[in-house]
Amino acid sequence: MKLVLIVISAMFVNNFVFSRFLGICPYLGVSKKIDSAVGMGLAVIFVMTVSAAIAWFLDQILISLGLGFLRTIVFILVIAAFVQFIELFIKKNNPSLYDSLGIYLPLITTNCAILGLVLLNSMLKLGFLAAVFNALGASSGFAMALVIFAAIREKLELYDIPKPFQDLSIALITAGLLSMAFLGFQGIVK
Amino acid sequence: MADKEQSMAWYTFKKGITTENPTYVQALGMCPTLAVTTAAINGLGMGLAVVVVLSLSNLMVSLIRKSVPKDIRIPIFIVVIATFVTMIDLLMHAYTYDLWKTLGIFIPLIVVNCIILGRAEAFASKNPPHYAFLDGLGMGTGFTLSLFLLGSVREIAGNGSWLGIHLWNFKMFMFILPPGAFITLGLLAAFFNYIKIKRAEAEKKRQQELKKQQAQAQKA
Repeated sequence: MKLVLIVISAMFVNNFVFSRFLGICPYLGVSKKIDSAVGMGLAVIFVMTVSAAIAWFLDQILISLGLGFLRTIVFILVIAAFVQFIELFIKKNNPSLYDSLGIYLPLITTNCAILGLVLLNSMLKLGFLAAVFNALGASSGFAMALVIFAAIREKLELYDIPKPFQDLSIALITAGLLSMAFLGFQGIVK
Repeated sequence: MADKEQSMAWYTFKKGITTENPTYVQALGMCPTLAVTTAAINGLGMGLAVVVVLSLSNLMVSLIRKSVPKDIRIPIFIVVIATFVTMIDLLMHAYTYDLWKTLGIFIPLIVVNCIILGRAEAFASKNPPHYAFLDGLGMGTGFTLSLFLLGSVREIAGNGSWLGIHLWNFKMFMFILPPGAFITLGLLAAFFNYIKIKRAEAEKKRQQELKKQQAQAQKA
């Protein structure tokens, strides 16, 4: 039950994009088409969940050695190496999956949502299962936000928007309205 | 010669604030921009941390640019950046504890701020150290000013104060909440876009008139 609550809270109440402001760059960058939004979302769910698990063990080792301050460097290196590894692995074993996910993988390294989640987990001192489920919820929330936003943006293409508001500006305002809707989830989970 | 070099250096510094402003023109580093700007002072603090990391990492990357193998340059750049970020993190923890607490997770997240890796890759790895340092300083200043502006608007509108000084009792709380961040930044981006469009139009008009004059002069 507690794990379900963690997932719901990470997915809706503290949605990464709308209330924590993590992963905004890919959120604005890869949301012009629904297909690419789905691809990016799936890639993030996978990478984030596995990184959270790996980082949890590393964090325990660092803490036991008294090297907690090296967290940032170690985590970012592990994420970068892991992403590179998956890229090579998928390329070799499943070329069709690589074609659909491949281009999003390098982008994930600099996605602050991944490093952010791992650092949050370590800051909140979550247990192993809680950390992994938190990652699962947060990344699903990110994927959901991305797909909703992409669907809206595809429609937006058809409208006649005043010139200064085109592109970045209208995207940010749309995101603001979506974020307002997500404020409604506040208070569901304590 | 010295004049030319000086104007080149000035341009390297200035472009980060105006024509290549990281926030409003390039839309880079959006996460901290939106997250920490609930008050003007937080925006300023975050911006200054980025200035230090960006100019130092640019300098370092430029110094080692000739000995870095091309295939593994990105991990090397990330380690350089992460080292400076860790240093800033520890320094802020020691000397500006309150600010460190408000900025929280966004200080270590400077590592994955796309502005920094972007400048290392696009500018510092191809230019001599003093230009790289100036570029970092300029980009960082542009980022700081953007954050300060956004933070000021949100603080004045949402809290009725500026830099902690009480102004009036009229408060629109929405500006402090997450939706306010998106909407304010969206409106500011539209405003800067509007200025850019107006300027381009004026420039076009001037050139057309110039052509007309030249044509008339030729006729005469």
